[in-house]
Amino acid sequence: MSFLTIGALGFGALLGAFLAANAVDTGILAYGLLLVVFCVVGVFWVMRRGDDTGGPADPNSAIPYNDAVVRAGVIASTFWGVVGFLAGLAIALQLTFPVLNFDLPWTNFGRLRPLHTSAVVFAFGGNVLIMSSFHIVQRTCQARLAGGWAPWFVFWGYQLFIIMAATGYLFGITQSKEYAEPEWYVDLWLTVVWVVYLLVFLGTLWRRREPHIYVANWFFLAFIVTIALLHIVNNLAMPVSFFGVKSYSLFAGVQDALTQWWYGHNAVGFFLTAGFLGLMYYYVPKQAQRPVYSYRLSIVHFWSLIFLYIWAGPHHLHYTALPDWAQTLGMTFSVMLWMPSWGGMINGLMTLSGAWDKLRTDPILRMLVMSIAFYGMSTFEGPLMAIKAVNALSHYTDWTIGHVHSGALGWVGMVSFGAIYFLAPRMWNRSRLYSVRLVSTHFWLATIGIILYITAMWVSGIMQGLMWRSYDSLGFLEYSFAETVAAMHPFYLIRTIGGGFFVAGALVMAYNVFRTARGDLREERPYESEPVPVPA
Amino acid sequence: MFSHSTLEKNSILMLIGILIVVSIGGIVEIAPLFYLESTIEKVKGMRPYTPLELAGRNIYIREGCYNCHSQMVRPFRDEIDRYGPYSLAAESMYDHPFQWGSKRTGPDLARVGGKYSDNWHREHLSAPRSVVPESVMPGYPFLMDNPAKINDIAGHLKANRAVGVPYTDAMIASAAADIVAQADPDSDGAEALVERYPKAQVRDFDGRPGQPSEMDALIAYLQMLGTLVDFSAYKAQENLR
Repeated sequence: MSFLTIGALGFGALLGAFLAANAVDTGILAYGLLLVVFCVVGVFWVMRRGDDTGGPADPNSAIPYNDAVVRAGVIASTFWGVVGFLAGLAIALQLTFPVLNFDLPWTNFGRLRPLHTSAVVFAFGGNVLIMSSFHIVQRTCQARLAGGWAPWFVFWGYQLFIIMAATGYLFGITQSKEYAEPEWYVDLWLTVVWVVYLLVFLGTLWRRREPHIYVANWFFLAFIVTIALLHIVNNLAMPVSFFGVKSYSLFAGVQDALTQWWYGHNAVGFFLTAGFLGLMYYYVPKQAQRPVYSYRLSIVHFWSLIFLYIWAGPHHLHYTALPDWAQTLGMTFSVMLWMPSWGGMINGLMTLSGAWDKLRTDPILRMLVMSIAFYGMSTFEGPLMAIKAVNALSHYTDWTIGHVHSGALGWVGMVSFGAIYFLAPRMWNRSRLYSVRLVSTHFWLATIGIILYITAMWVSGIMQGLMWRSYDSLGFLEYSFAETVAAMHPFYLIRTIGGGFFVAGALVMAYNVFRTARGDLREERPYESEPVPVPA
Repeated sequence: MFSHSTLEKNSILMLIGILIVVSIGGIVEIAPLFYLESTIEKVKGMRPYTPLELAGRNIYIREGCYNCHSQMVRPFRDEIDRYGPYSLAAESMYDHPFQWGSKRTGPDLARVGGKYSDNWHREHLSAPRSVVPESVMPGYPFLMDNPAKINDIAGHLKANRAVGVPYTDAMIASAAADIVAQADPDSDGAEALVERYPKAQVRDFDGRPGQPSEMDALIAYLQMLGTLVDFSAYKAQENLR
């Protein structure tokens, strides 16, 4: 297995050198050399580790799980989370105080905004998904991860993808498709990593000692396969030169727009929803120590969710030059999508039946439950905003930004924090987290931050939408565009403060994970595990 | 009788099931856009971007302008009053990729061409709050000092032709000359450029003679946005879909 890995890495190094030698711009030169460095370091790392591809955290484990790669995932998730949230805080500050753009190319909002979205969605979210899927598939299959070094290639290859994408934005390398900004060579690299990811996941399923595949793995499988499909189709492009960074999208105008939002909406649907539902279906029952509420609902939830989500893309293009029939289809399916979404929410929440008292004593469970609550809220808000009459007001405004963040901070963020807190003590084989009380601190910082953020964006978005369409008594537009921008300033400030709270929470988590990994235990009063007696 | 446990016990069957289920929506919604002739309206005036406009468009993409500016006027009274006629699919038929945007932190730019002077754009791009005090836009003073990349422009036209933009051999052959000519009103090539690209505007956009700067390219792009289609000849009723 090591020889195969070293051979593949050697080929990668040669390819990188070939690209760098023929490069027509500094982008390909830099990334070709980066690929060489990645592969050469990889070869030395694999040779030094010999056959040690990672063992179980618990030395008494009967099954030789690969927990080392999950442990790396906990570190990477925490790190990229903090980086991505800080990038968000930075651009929120820029919108509040535009002087912070510094008039430099690599610090302006236009380049930093994709850096923020990619850092939170792909770097933080993606690492959480790889970490959790690698953990859950091993535990639910009672088998070690397949593929020897392959899981490590997925992990490190994915980090290389993040580095190439993020530094590219700062240097102005982008194809300008939202959430698919990386250029063609980064897309090809991610495709290679993703195919290996799928094979590792399937290979582990094939080793399972259970006849049935657990429901969380259905969601992970749908997430991996559909993201591959979306990624490849939406990124089809013609490079100007195979030794240069710039490419032109295969599609144009209206077809390009719908392909992009078919991708964009389902990046939400399959990356940020289906994948994270995989987390919900494992970590919530585990933490609550209760079985999933309904097996039948899981089946209905799964198939209806993945079928309906794909149709919803056109709601990003209401009242545009996209033909009306496509807009109407998109709206209809978006409204229908409310049902499977709430089916999933009910299945998650009702898993706590008979265990609701644990919310008082277990802040990790509280975090998971809050994430499901935000999931329910934003999957109600989404179909609402997909109705054309509502969208006429909400589209192009901050309401969309608020909606995205109630889903991203509330649902994805909280369920990811829950997973990280679940994994940290187990993956370092500690008796418990460094501090359970600090989890509660994190919970409140994050919740207050989210509330400040989304309420500010609701007000600013609806206000701006109404100001744009407001007429005075003489039949003239009442406000100039610049006046609507000035009116949003206070809400941008509130949003920034909310973001500050959320970042502070993430720093508390990073500290807690770091001390847990070191093996420290904070002396603190444990939460009451007995029910509090009710006065007569 | 079909039982779900068949799928639950076979990862390949489940994989195939997922692929079928997630493919349907995309096929039904996207594929017809490529063959229904009504998707793109019949209009007069659309042409590929001039080399300088294309270079400007690439700067627009590079700086991430699409993050805050849409290029899609919706068919509402207030938007038509504020920006101009609503956008047609035909107007972005040569856009690889499209730039419709999703957010208006700043105003829509689909019809910004001709609304402001070159001078205003130069001031505004270099220091936005010097002309619009309420603005939250970043400044791009460096565009004045960066020369536009002109030596590889023919390659960009070729790549566009490969994905369907009707650039002719003559356009590709003269691309490097055209990109300089458009920013220099005294040049010999200006007339031939306008013949190749009708309605192309030939001016010293950045007000600084010599090789075209990135400011030249970006302003040339902004000044042509939304100006190509002849709306006096456009029949909306015939293009309802």
